[in-house]
Amino acid sequence: MGTTDILIKFALIVIIFLVSLLIAMYSTYAERKIAAFLQDRVGPNRAGPFGILQPLADGAKMFMKEEIIPTTSNGFLFIVGPSLAIMTACIGSAVIPWGETLVIGGHRIPLQVTDINVGVLYIFGVVSLGVYGIMIGGWASNNKYSLLGAIRAASQNISYEIAMGLSIIALLMTTGTLSLKEIAAQQHGWHWNIVYQPLGFLIFIVCAFAETNRAPFDLPECETELIGGYHTEYSSMKLGFYLFAEYINMFISSAVMATLYFGGYNFPYMHHLGLAENWVTILGVVALFIKIFFFIFFFMWVRWTLPRFRYDQLMDLGWKTLIPLAIANIVITGIVMTFIK
Amino acid sequence: MESLTGKRKIIESKPLNFWERIYLPAILRGLSITIKHFFRKDVTVRYPEQKREFSENFRGMHSLKRDEHGRERCTACGLCALSCPAEAITMISAERKPGEENLYREEKYAAVYEINMLRCIFCGLCEEACPKEAIYLDGDIVPADYLRKDFIYGKDKLVEAPLNQ
Repeated sequence: MGTTDILIKFALIVIIFLVSLLIAMYSTYAERKIAAFLQDRVGPNRAGPFGILQPLADGAKMFMKEEIIPTTSNGFLFIVGPSLAIMTACIGSAVIPWGETLVIGGHRIPLQVTDINVGVLYIFGVVSLGVYGIMIGGWASNNKYSLLGAIRAASQNISYEIAMGLSIIALLMTTGTLSLKEIAAQQHGWHWNIVYQPLGFLIFIVCAFAETNRAPFDLPECETELIGGYHTEYSSMKLGFYLFAEYINMFISSAVMATLYFGGYNFPYMHHLGLAENWVTILGVVALFIKIFFFIFFFMWVRWTLPRFRYDQLMDLGWKTLIPLAIANIVITGIVMTFIK
Repeated sequence: MESLTGKRKIIESKPLNFWERIYLPAILRGLSITIKHFFRKDVTVRYPEQKREFSENFRGMHSLKRDEHGRERCTACGLCALSCPAEAITMISAERKPGEENLYREEKYAAVYEINMLRCIFCGLCEEACPKEAIYLDGDIVPADYLRKDFIYGKDKLVEAPLNQ
């Protein structure tokens, strides 16, 4: 790997990092706007035209606020918690193929930071690390409500991780690879995996809601039962990092869903339009982002539609419904593959 | 038991059928309801720029009226204070001195007239009790303030502007 390659990779990493931060920033704005529209309101419209400077104002507010670290808390872990949450949220983007290859000055640049052959496993590993941020934050606060919230988060994430992993196995059986780049490439044109794995996708998306702690599974934070949840003791930007991590997680899991089930950067007739390679790649990136934005919108749409689950209902759904369904899906996929191929 | 209104409804709780138990049709219906609202026009009023019109009989801030010659109508009879269920009105009466005939309509007038806007419930009984048609609740919403003492409105805020202005 030459110096130029390293520089190109570095630039790509920086761009993806900045894009995920930007999208997370504007997700907060989008969430408020969508909530407002779904409730026949206007939403934020003070800062700038249509309120588009609202995220900047929110960020400035978060940084200016007084920072409180409880005296009885574990100081080091208290700071590590939110850092870990946001770090694990960010590193998931490394293996997602954002597009095909760009050709700039004779260099072929694949729009993916790294194409490791266990990409799906890497994503799952990183996503499950995310719960450490919540767990450590809740524990370090030295507050029983925070701890309860953190425990709820941990048990919820573990339960849904299993169903998610099982739902993905059926997909891996049909694709035969763990590399996200190959999975995306296989779905060329209209061969999207959603067509072959509708049940698997359904399980996956439900688990993705639970993994990102979004409504209706946002049990780690619960105003009435837990005075807030795992972040009760957090203030100023440390709280901001937790909330931000949630939005980055939402972006990354939308990207994963789009890549695994909705063809990633593929769009119909992409190689029959007679366009130059770079243009096809750019359109592919646009297509991927449209899919991602749709999923982010869907996350918010569901949040403002469904009420929060009760804790035992959540566990029932995870263990008694989704896991058996995922196993049944594996069996059905196996039978179909054996008899049809 | 016999229902008094005849509107009693007996709730039957049948066990959920298959489609109800998998929740997905219900979730999809919910999503379709919320997305309909996404495209609906907002019902809110953008307050500082846009004010909602009040109805004809809206009861807002009180005002003490003047008569056709610009004299204060109030004679400090105390009926408004007496009728006030929240006991928000207090007043001190005084006697009109010679030369003040252009200021007060009758011999007695209110030297101090105070309404505590934090106590007032805007019931309008003072308006009804007043024999001199001196008090009306025809003003705007009482504005917000920071201190409790600033909500006690004296004559400076309640009396109508003089006619010649």
